[in-house]
Amino acid sequence: MPTTAALALGDDALVLSHRLGEWAGHAPVLEEEVALANIALDLLGQARVLLSMAGDEDELAYLREERAFTNLQLVEQPNGDFAHTIARQLYFSTYQHLLYGQLADSDSEFAPLAGKAVKEVAYHRDHAEQWTLRLGDGTDVSHERMRRACEALWRFTGEMFQPVAGLDVDWSGMEAAWLESVGDVLRRATLALPEGPRTGAWAAGAGRQGLHTEPFGRMLAEMQHLHRSHPGASW
Amino acid sequence: MTTTDSVPPTGAAPSAAAESGPAGPDLQAHFDATIARDQRIEPRDWMPDGYRKTLIRQIAQHAHSEIIGMQPEGEWITRAPSLRRKAILFAKVQDEAGHGLYLYSAAETLGADRADLTKRLIEGRQKYSSIFNYPTPSFADVGVIGWFVDGAAICNQVPLCRSSYGPYARAMVRICKEESFHQRQGYELLMTMMRGTDAQRAMVQDAVDRWWWPSLMMFGPPDGDSPNSAASMAWKIKRHSNDELRQRFVDMTVPQAEKLGVTLPDPELRWNEERGRHDFGTPDWSELQRVIRGDGPCNAQRVERRRTAHEEGAWVREAATAHAARRAARAAEAAGTEARSEVRTEKGTAA
Repeated sequence: MPTTAALALGDDALVLSHRLGEWAGHAPVLEEEVALANIALDLLGQARVLLSMAGDEDELAYLREERAFTNLQLVEQPNGDFAHTIARQLYFSTYQHLLYGQLADSDSEFAPLAGKAVKEVAYHRDHAEQWTLRLGDGTDVSHERMRRACEALWRFTGEMFQPVAGLDVDWSGMEAAWLESVGDVLRRATLALPEGPRTGAWAAGAGRQGLHTEPFGRMLAEMQHLHRSHPGASW
Repeated sequence: MTTTDSVPPTGAAPSAAAESGPAGPDLQAHFDATIARDQRIEPRDWMPDGYRKTLIRQIAQHAHSEIIGMQPEGEWITRAPSLRRKAILFAKVQDEAGHGLYLYSAAETLGADRADLTKRLIEGRQKYSSIFNYPTPSFADVGVIGWFVDGAAICNQVPLCRSSYGPYARAMVRICKEESFHQRQGYELLMTMMRGTDAQRAMVQDAVDRWWWPSLMMFGPPDGDSPNSAASMAWKIKRHSNDELRQRFVDMTVPQAEKLGVTLPDPELRWNEERGRHDFGTPDWSELQRVIRGDGPCNAQRVERRRTAHEEGAWVREAATAHAARRAARAAEAAGTEARSEVRTEKGTAA
């Protein structure tokens, strides 16, 4: 089922890229305007390749309803403050780096994309880790904000390790590696691994089934509005 | 001592600033000769205070324009109607932030401080380009900004690649390459839209009508009314007058408009055979004055957005500073020195 997998990975990248785009002009320092746009652009590039494997990239991005999107609930979470954005990025980039690392070494049709993307994602992961350290081990205020962000997003992390049809990946090995890596970064940032459940109110895997959190519909409304207002137009 | 080599470390700038007191006759003569020979002034060179101040003002305003200029187009990143256009917009807005960074660095070689310049911007004590105070109500505005605004910026900036101040000129070389790329992309978006539906063509014409005059005003007031121009031209910071650059822009843009199939909203616009250039109408200079005074359509929101981003980001910058200090202290401790107790206390106070 390459289409299911291409959509799942493509939707993750598309949705997170969009969220990062909301930071444009709002970042705390100019260097972060550049960095966040850079990460967003990498993710958008990945999304375009992946969605094109499944069909027409614009039809898939702009003309599907909320229930047809199969991204992780984690990536659709609103930006919140900078700590929330960093925690989301730490969780996701660590996951994506491990996943693409495995896919790059596989003989699946995702290997070429993963081989290229894994280099970009290594940078995203490093960026998120560095900021987790700065915020966690920064001031009392930043420490508290980072702690809250890591806890608030924790319940969306379990979903990442639900198997995706068509991806031949060692999911449980990946989950263990993820927990170890994130745990290590958080410890170095003087933060603890959150203790709450790693799945939210929905059953694990809900985003992959097209069941999303409320902010997602609003995000899609904004993203799709212009395209839908001019059916058949080219841009 | 004037070199055309790479930029000296910016750390040299404050001492250079301190040394640029009253001009000794030799220093002034050397500076004048350097300008006359079309050679570059570099950060360590002596320069007149007026030259330094004018450059700081101009480069800072240029940097602010890049940063504020991210907003009108950034508005459309989340609504771009195709993934290709979205990628182009992301890349463009990212480039603008990068241009801002180059330019703040160039200003810092003159002894200015980026944090202080940012403060001046959000307190309304330094300006940015008047053009970014106009709103972007349609996606065609993104294309027209690329075509007109980046086009006008190129007319202004290509001559600045030969500006007498080395760090500024070198920043402009890099910036101009990227701006021409953006301009072509903007024009290509408009071409695509003009080949599309009636609604798309109407969007393009409407955007052209709204941006034409503000774009002409980007070159500044008419020559007779431009207080800083004479000194800037004598110092070869600027190479051409406002009116000359405006004329070049019009001459460059008219054929592009014809090719695109849009009209420009100026009944007086026509080719003048004798001059070999286009005649055109007079922009509404009172509007420019209002916009520069802060009374344009988006002035308040643009500065407010910048202020909010800066203020809401303060805790992040403080965290980075505190972390860097703690890390340095740990490194020093590992090296066997006693830096620890100082920094420990900082964690509480930095918050």
